[in-house]
Amino acid sequence: MLKYAEKIKETALKLFNENRVDTFIGYKKGSVPMMNEPVLVTDPDKVDQLYWDSFCGLNLCNYLTKRTDKIGIVANGCNSRNIVTHIIENQIKREQIYIVGIPCEGMIDHRAVMRAVKYKEILNVQENGDKFLVKGADFEETFEKEKFLQGNCATCTHRNPVIYDEILGDPVEEQTGVDPFKDVKKIEEMDPAKKQAFFTRLISRCIRCYACRNSCPLCYCPTCFVDESTPQWVGKSSDPTDTMTFHFLRAYHCAGRCTDCGACERVCPMGISMRQFTKKLNKDCQDLFSWEAGLTLDQRPPLDVYKPDDYNDFIK
Amino acid sequence: MENPYLPYPVRIDKIITETEDRNLKTFRFVFLNPEDEEKFAYTPGQFAELSIAGKGEIPIGIASSPTEKGFVTFTVNKTGLVTTYLHNMNEGDVMGIRGPLGNWYPWDEMEGKNVIIVGGGFAFTTLRSSIISMIDPANRSKFKDITVVYGARTPGMLLYKDELAEWEQRDDINMHITVDGTDDPDWKYNTGFVPTITEEKITSADNAIAIVCGPPIMIKFTQPVLEKLGFPPERIILSLEMRMKCGIGICGRCNIGDQYVCKDGPVFSLAQLKEMPSEY
Amino acid sequence: MTDKIFSKEEWLGGLEALRKTYGVFVPVKDGDFHTFMPFDKGNIPDFDYQNSRLSPKSVVYPQSERLFEYTLDKADSEADIVKESPKDYSPRAVVGIRPCDVQAFQIVKRNFDNPEYRDPWWVQHFESTTLVGLGCNEPCSTCFCTEVGGGPFNQEGLDVLIFDMGETYLLRGLTDKGEALLGKITGGSPADDQALKNAEDLAASASKKITSSIPTDKLKEKVTNDLFNAPFWEEIAFACLNCGTCTFLCPTCWCFDIQDEVLGKEGDRIRNWDSCMFPLFTLHGSGHNPRDNKFQRVRQRFMHKLKYYVDKYDNGVQCSGCGRCVRYCPVNIDIREVCNLMNNY
Repeated sequence: MLKYAEKIKETALKLFNENRVDTFIGYKKGSVPMMNEPVLVTDPDKVDQLYWDSFCGLNLCNYLTKRTDKIGIVANGCNSRNIVTHIIENQIKREQIYIVGIPCEGMIDHRAVMRAVKYKEILNVQENGDKFLVKGADFEETFEKEKFLQGNCATCTHRNPVIYDEILGDPVEEQTGVDPFKDVKKIEEMDPAKKQAFFTRLISRCIRCYACRNSCPLCYCPTCFVDESTPQWVGKSSDPTDTMTFHFLRAYHCAGRCTDCGACERVCPMGISMRQFTKKLNKDCQDLFSWEAGLTLDQRPPLDVYKPDDYNDFIK
Repeated sequence: MENPYLPYPVRIDKIITETEDRNLKTFRFVFLNPEDEEKFAYTPGQFAELSIAGKGEIPIGIASSPTEKGFVTFTVNKTGLVTTYLHNMNEGDVMGIRGPLGNWYPWDEMEGKNVIIVGGGFAFTTLRSSIISMIDPANRSKFKDITVVYGARTPGMLLYKDELAEWEQRDDINMHITVDGTDDPDWKYNTGFVPTITEEKITSADNAIAIVCGPPIMIKFTQPVLEKLGFPPERIILSLEMRMKCGIGICGRCNIGDQYVCKDGPVFSLAQLKEMPSEY
Repeated sequence: MTDKIFSKEEWLGGLEALRKTYGVFVPVKDGDFHTFMPFDKGNIPDFDYQNSRLSPKSVVYPQSERLFEYTLDKADSEADIVKESPKDYSPRAVVGIRPCDVQAFQIVKRNFDNPEYRDPWWVQHFESTTLVGLGCNEPCSTCFCTEVGGGPFNQEGLDVLIFDMGETYLLRGLTDKGEALLGKITGGSPADDQALKNAEDLAASASKKITSSIPTDKLKEKVTNDLFNAPFWEEIAFACLNCGTCTFLCPTCWCFDIQDEVLGKEGDRIRNWDSCMFPLFTLHGSGHNPRDNKFQRVRQRFMHKLKYYVDKYDNGVQCSGCGRCVRYCPVNIDIREVCNLMNNY
């Protein structure tokens, strides 16, 4: 994935020089290992800070919402699908953005790497093709990237951007035969009491920092329901009922829109696997409406359209 | 251990609807425990947290004057959760008040000076407290001329109408009441915005101090008028509003720079504000 | 000051015994990280750790805490009258807390326990707590305690300091509270001069491992409005998600909200941690928000820690260099870089 870093710089510079963009959104290399920081480049002289590796697991589409300038943006598969959703939902105009596509080979799960080195402090990570070298004060280990992919990347079937103005490499082969819903199926088999217990445990560590919500490109409501005060829908304490309400409602707001980009899980300081909620709704959308979010500009998500020939009775 | 978060229980003794839109009501509270009244010793310019069990607390300026004994009053605009609930409460209902909180107008500095009071809309509450206090026979001689410019959108939106009329009759206070506009043919006072009337009626900054309280737009346009008149920023006094919770400088939300509006304010001189970040 | 040597087994046994007189909080391995939890059957202490994910501030200052309670039942003669909730201020000990997090309590104390007002809950929780610190033999690369007035074996604010000597622990009682706690642990032997020297060497070598250089010396002399209006805030804030990770993980962030919650006719007044990152934090009833934009909120966080606090208390920055926000900010906004920008501006 490192190979794209140089290409991104060149492309950004070209776009600035050709006056195609006012700003460029990408990543810069982080100040700590396995972290990169989203950056807005406004000055062609500063394109050199742009960077790309297998730790770009946030969703840059989050930074596009309601912008008014002409923007260049890097996008891999899932990010591009969110850009599609953003365009459909009128959060940005297609003609405002120049999408620099990146065929993605998946992002590395930084937590899995920490586990693999038994939580010893990692001082440096170097990527080299399909392997990466992890260095600490008194150790060095090489790992195969494939075994350390983020959960969403391991089962991703849309690694190539679905929409772009330019693509920085040959498309990668899409994965087949992967089942993104294995864990969801397990939960579906539980009885209600077990499900309740499972979810209660899942969110028990939540500190209501809202990093999941705020990293999500779908969560652009001017005022989130948890922040409303008149009426106040949800309590603000760490009471499990309120926390559960937050997670469930947020997941439902994402139904039919979520691209399983994994940003929510990546940013969670408490390591909560909230994709267990969103993936169930993704699965339902696939089962009920044969729908995957963000693949086309021509169709709105199933839960915000009305069709006279809907097969459900309630709508007639 | 003394608990500064614990409200004194009070009973609503009287409710007066002040304005024609019925969005402003004055609440008169009596302390359930008479000894609490002494503990609630306040100075004009201070505020308190009105506390309603089940709803929360809301910071409101104290509208009564320490010279008025046996009760404390607050004039409340209906805006959010707590104030809307309060507006629907009845005389006799029990709630709490917590305070007094914050600083006050610079009474030591005001002594021996001409006092100019400029108020707008429903921000007139702590100014009422100040006027009542100043014109009290025990205090009046401490101040030279007292001049008041007070304006509201319409005659029906003025607070304390009976008292305004009474003050108009007195010769120890110069009243300049104004409204933005009115079609009332019997309106006998001024018409025009507060900054304009201030410019017309205030002629000198000599030995004078100005207390300004009102909506941001009024403050914004009154400030240059006063500066033009020759008021140095040290003698232009403003009272600020901010979202607050604890009211005692601990919860951290109402800061402007290193000053907490709840504890170091709400009263600041323009000179102080000029040194502070413009984030209010 | 007592210095005593315990074998590690002896110390663990002593801790178990301590549970008779103290609520003992210890770092417990909890999935991928450590959390301070009450030492009981299910929670086994693990002192082989760098630091807890969440700071132990919650032991003194819980994320949600009931302050008052009341009944709304008009049949009750005390209806609508807010009363203090009963509290348990029996002795507690936080064992294994890192010196940076102890320093954080000293920083936060200036807010909760000031000459004008004493926050009764914070003060009483704090006073009933004995802080048994564990020096950091291996500080993280993101730590910078030595740059903000602390150090991996800093004793200030601690009641007891533990030196992990490999096979043994050397325990140093630093206050009456600390000596009282140590007095309740049987066994151990007095530390001889060699052990004391080894402990000092350990502390010295740990300090040297901190490589971050984060000067804060010029912050005080800066003009507030110059820093406030500095051109770098928009750029710093671009990536910020305005989530509460930094503020909630931070041991020195103290801001809170007060909320009323009612079930049926019974209600509580609760305080919850709040965050200056949230727009709601400063939203007026009128709809006006003095910090409406993301960059203003980010600026507030850094200005509070590195300028307003410095000016208000003249006692250093509001940061103990624990490095949590550096490690866990989801978008890698690094306070060390911001501090350098401010100090050099």
